[in-house]
This record gives sequence, C-alpha cells and structure tokens, in this order.
Amino acid sequence: MDLFEYQARDLFAKHDVPVLAGEVIDTPEAAREITERLGGKSVVKAQVKVGGRGKAGGVKLAATPDEAVARATDILGMDIKGHTVHKVMIAETAPEILEEYYVSFLLDRANRTFLSIASVEGGMEIEEVAATRPEAVAKIAIDPIDGVDEAKAREIVEAAKFPAEVADKVVNVLIKLWDTFIKSDALLVEVNPLAKVASGEVIALDGKVSLDDNAEFRHPEYEELHDKAAANPLEAAAKEKGLNYVKLDGEVGIIGNGAGLVMSTLDVVAYAGEKHGNVKPANFLDIGGGASAQVMANGLEIILGDPDVKSVFVNVFGGITACDEVANGIVQALKLLEDRGEKVEKPLVVRLDGNNAELGRKILTDANHPLVQRVDTMDGAADKAAELAHAAK
Amino acid sequence: MAIWLNKDSKVIVQGMTGATGMKHTKLMLGDGTNVVGGVNPRKAGQTVDFDGTEVPVFGTVKEAIEKTGANVSVIFVPEKFTKDAVVEAIDAEIPLAVVITEGIAVHDTAAFWAYAGKKGNKTRIIGPNCPGIITPGQSNVGIIPGDITKPGRIGLVSKSGTLTYQMMYELRDIGFSTAVGIGGDPIIGTTHIDALAAFQEDPETDLIVMIGEIGGDAEERAAAFIKENVTKPVVGYVAGFTAPEGKTMGHAGAIVSGSSGTAQAKKEALEAAGVKVGKTPTETAKLAREILSA
Repeated sequence: MDLFEYQARDLFAKHDVPVLAGEVIDTPEAAREITERLGGKSVVKAQVKVGGRGKAGGVKLAATPDEAVARATDILGMDIKGHTVHKVMIAETAPEILEEYYVSFLLDRANRTFLSIASVEGGMEIEEVAATRPEAVAKIAIDPIDGVDEAKAREIVEAAKFPAEVADKVVNVLIKLWDTFIKSDALLVEVNPLAKVASGEVIALDGKVSLDDNAEFRHPEYEELHDKAAANPLEAAAKEKGLNYVKLDGEVGIIGNGAGLVMSTLDVVAYAGEKHGNVKPANFLDIGGGASAQVMANGLEIILGDPDVKSVFVNVFGGITACDEVANGIVQALKLLEDRGEKVEKPLVVRLDGNNAELGRKILTDANHPLVQRVDTMDGAADKAAELAHAAK
Repeated sequence: MAIWLNKDSKVIVQGMTGATGMKHTKLMLGDGTNVVGGVNPRKAGQTVDFDGTEVPVFGTVKEAIEKTGANVSVIFVPEKFTKDAVVEAIDAEIPLAVVITEGIAVHDTAAFWAYAGKKGNKTRIIGPNCPGIITPGQSNVGIIPGDITKPGRIGLVSKSGTLTYQMMYELRDIGFSTAVGIGGDPIIGTTHIDALAAFQEDPETDLIVMIGEIGGDAEERAAAFIKENVTKPVVGYVAGFTAPEGKTMGHAGAIVSGSSGTAQAKKEALEAAGVKVGKTPTETAKLAREILSA
C-alpha cells in the first residue's frame, strides 16, 4: 500500500523525523483557518499518488488565507496524470532552502535484504540522478537483523558525501527514518527532498512511504490508511468479501484458482482475443485453493456485476481440491445467485482439469445449465470465452 | 536421485496439529512420505493417528531431530508465528526447511533469511508462500497433489503453485524427477538459480522446465545463469503479460513497478539465453515434449 504525502508526513512526525506542519483537507474553505494558524501563508499541495504534481500545477504558494482557499479550489478536483485530486495538504511554507538531499530505506528484492540510498543531489527523481550521475548516489546494504545504528548511519552519510556541517543532523534523520521503516513494516520510506534550510536545520519536505499489506495483521492502524475513495467499487466489494480481485479494462471476466494460473489465464485470454475483435480480460480473480460454492458464488456475483463483462471464463485446475467439488460449487453458485434474485445472463465457459476432472465435467453436463459451456483445455476455453465476448460486444 | 528430496528423507511437520497441518500430513503420508514427527510445544509427548500411522509430537525441532534423525521440516505455522518457526529450524540446523505459509510480512522473511546467512546457511529454505517439493514416487513435502504425475526425467521449478500442477499435468505421461515450487513472495529462500544448478547436476534430470512470473528480476538472473552454467535443455514460461503496472496480482511479489519486472523483459532475457519460452502453459509443455522426443 502506497501512502499519500500527508500520511507519510504524519508517520514521519510520529517517529520524530523533522517535518513541517501540515494538515489535509477535502473542502477549500478549510484552507483558511489552517493558513491563519500557520501565520497567514501556506503551500497548497495536491495529494495524489503520482510524481510530477508540481509541474502539473498541483503545488501552489498562498500568501494569504484567502489565496489559500482560492488555490485549494483550483487544485481540488484537478486531474493529475489520470488521478483526481480529492484532498490537498495545507502545509507550512518552507524556510529558505539552501540545499536539497535524498535519503531512503527500501526492500532490496534482488539481494534479499534492505538497502539505503542517499544522495546530496535531491529534489529530483533518484532514478534520474542514478542514471545521469551514478557517482552521486550511494547505496549501502542494511542487514535486517543488525539494522541502522549511529555507526551505520554515519557510514551512509560518509558514502554519500554529505557536507560536514549537516552530517550529525542527517545521521539523526537516518536513525529516525530507519525506526519508521522497521516499526511500520515499510517496503519503502523515502525523503525527497531532505532540505537544509537557512537556520541550518534539515527537514523532510516531501516523502513517499509504501507499506507491506502482508504485515497488516500487526498494524491495526493500516486500516485507516487505505484510500477508500480511489478504490474501484468492484474492487472494494471484492475486498469486503475477502476475494483477491483486480479490475482490468477488458470484456472477459476471469475466475481461477491460484495466482499464477489466473495471471496465465489473463494472458491466454488476451492472446485468444487477438482473433476475436481484440477482447481482453476484464479482471484478475483468484478464488484460492478450496473453491467452495459460497466463494464461487461471491466471485461470480462480483464479475457478473461488472457491466464491462460480456462473457466469463472459469479456469480451475483441481489440485488438492477435486474438480467434482468445484463443479458442484459452480452449479450451486448459479442457483445461489438466482435465489438471491440476481439475473445471470452472461455466458460462462468452464474448464476443469486435474483431480477428478471427469466427474466434475459430468456434473456440469448433467446440470445442463443453458449459460454454461464446457471446454476441456485451457487454450480452447479461452478461445471460446473470447469469441462469446466478441459476439456480445 | 532427484534433487533435495528422496525416499530416504525423514520429514517433520511444524504446525502438524493445526487444521492445515493435519490435512496435509495425512495427504503426505498417503503419498508415501516418511513423516516421522510433528512439532508443537503444547502437545509434546502426544501422538497423532493418521489412518493407523502413529506420528509422535515433539516439543522442539531439535528434539525431533535427535529422536528421529529428521532431515526435512515442512512448516504450516500461521503467518504471525512463521518467523519464529523458521528460526527454530535454522537453529536446529535441519538441512531443508519448506515454508508453505502464505502472507508472511516481508520484514519477517528478510529477518529469517539474514539469520540463516549468519548461521552459515546450513539450512536450505524453500518458500515462503510455496506449494513445496515433490519427487514423484519417493516423497512429497508440502501441498502439491501427489497423484498428478509419475516419476520421470523432467525437473520443474516454479514461482506458482497452480502453474506447477498445470505443467505436471500437461507432461504427466513423461513424468518428473523433482518439481519444486519456490514461491511468489518478494524474498524467497531457494531461487530459480539454485534449482537450475541442482537439476544440471542431477543425472536423473534430462530437461528443465522453469516457470516465472512478473515482479523482481529473478528470471533475468536465472537467464544469465543458464547462459553460463546450464547445458541441459531449458523450457520456460512467464505469467503476467497482461498485468497492469503497479497492481499486485495475487502473489505479494507479483507486481510490475515502472518498467521493471515485466513479463516481456523476462521472456526476452530467457530467449537470449537459449531458453525456449512458450506463450501458454500448453505450448510450453509442447516445446518440452518436442525436445525430449527429438
């Protein structure tokens, strides 16, 4: 889960990383009172999870409380690279900035450890600095058990060649930032820019934080960090039912078991679609191992509720789960939906393979549901589902 | 011979007495796996009956090894406690720990992986979030269905459980030496490269099937390894060509970030290393079949 800037700011503040004051609002009028409290001027910053908002006009200075309201009015509702601005942060104006640095801690997948990246050339995308001036970017591996103590922080500061007069202050920021990284179960904590201001202090002016969804069990506070406004309604409904669902922009609804098989199913449908009017998968939905009738019904309900879906492809490989159970699940799910008053009108193509496939197929054949077609190979079934979606388009 | 697991493997189950552990211990025993014990400090000294096979429960992994000579542990412990379970297995220096549990916080995995390194990597870790490892006809550790395929000469390594099953099924008439599911998390213990190296050395493996998916650069690294070190034919498949950027596709590690981790880049890297890459699982199986019958 990626956080908004204001959420990152709050998290930094909680862990004593130096930040400027700032509050988030979703109505322009609220900007007045906050700006008054900040001494009569402020910066109005669009809260979107995408870079380049400054260039897009999403960050504006306001010299008076009235102007803050006007700028907030301009920015709220704005579209920045496909992201609608629902919230703005009214932030304290930064004191005169003398220098801009970059510091981060992140998960280093390739080396199966953590990594610190630091540079005295902050303020722009670090990838850009790394590409054009690699010598200006220091990368120091962090042992997950040993972590970052003062010595480690000093090693980072020296590697990145921070000026002597800010070294102690950056060491302090790094220790606090590491604390944020560890205690929040973060995948990334990034401060860019970390600014040296006229008073000599260093302050985190902007930040990015990404948290590990798998760690939510020990972080009840994650719950309120979720961006409910941005979630697709179908994705929100699926999440509520505990389904692993991602909305895509095609026409063939997909249900399968196992993340790898479902990803593969999307690809196979997209290939098949090339022959059928370029129809594409409408979603990712993994119902997991034990596809019960209830779970199948919940999944079907989400997919049939998607107006973009023209046909549905149920692709199940019976591993531990037997295909006869899955077939019963499908038949019961359709009945369950009809009992719930849902109209099932879209054609379903079902492919069952693996454990007890013959039995499962027989159950589907015997049920003889007018909307259900059996195709017994993955490629063949994808082709049929794509063809049906194209015909209904 | 196979890799890492054979008929002589003595297996203990950490988390055997939980619902998932019970279910799969029964299935593993049914597949002929030599399950010699379970571990649960609260039930130490008891035995569990699996259709007439009495399996003792020990208080610790160390005790289980001392009393049974176990050399493999499979871990079904819930995600909150998995790190401690793996650390215990590492401390006991068991040669192979297979971590089935899904949904482990990546900080926990990073910690136990670092711990294994500090302890000299005496324990090979497979997983987490993986289906396990099977040497058909000899031993099955984890949740891979034991009856999909028979013993044969294909080695399989895969990030995905169900694609492992699918591929084993497609090539069930030829059979497999060993199939290993390495898991779809951002940090995993055993990698594609580890399995490729082991299959290359295994005289009972003639061809290797490698299944990857979006996210990270494990497949690109594997491609570089194949180019330098693998002389046996390798057939590949990569899932996730249609996955949108920035969305996690089921597996915690399956995410395209910016331009990195795409299926296209992985496919190209593998092909540049001489790996034949199928467009679909079925086509991949066909490629394997063609090479073996040539």
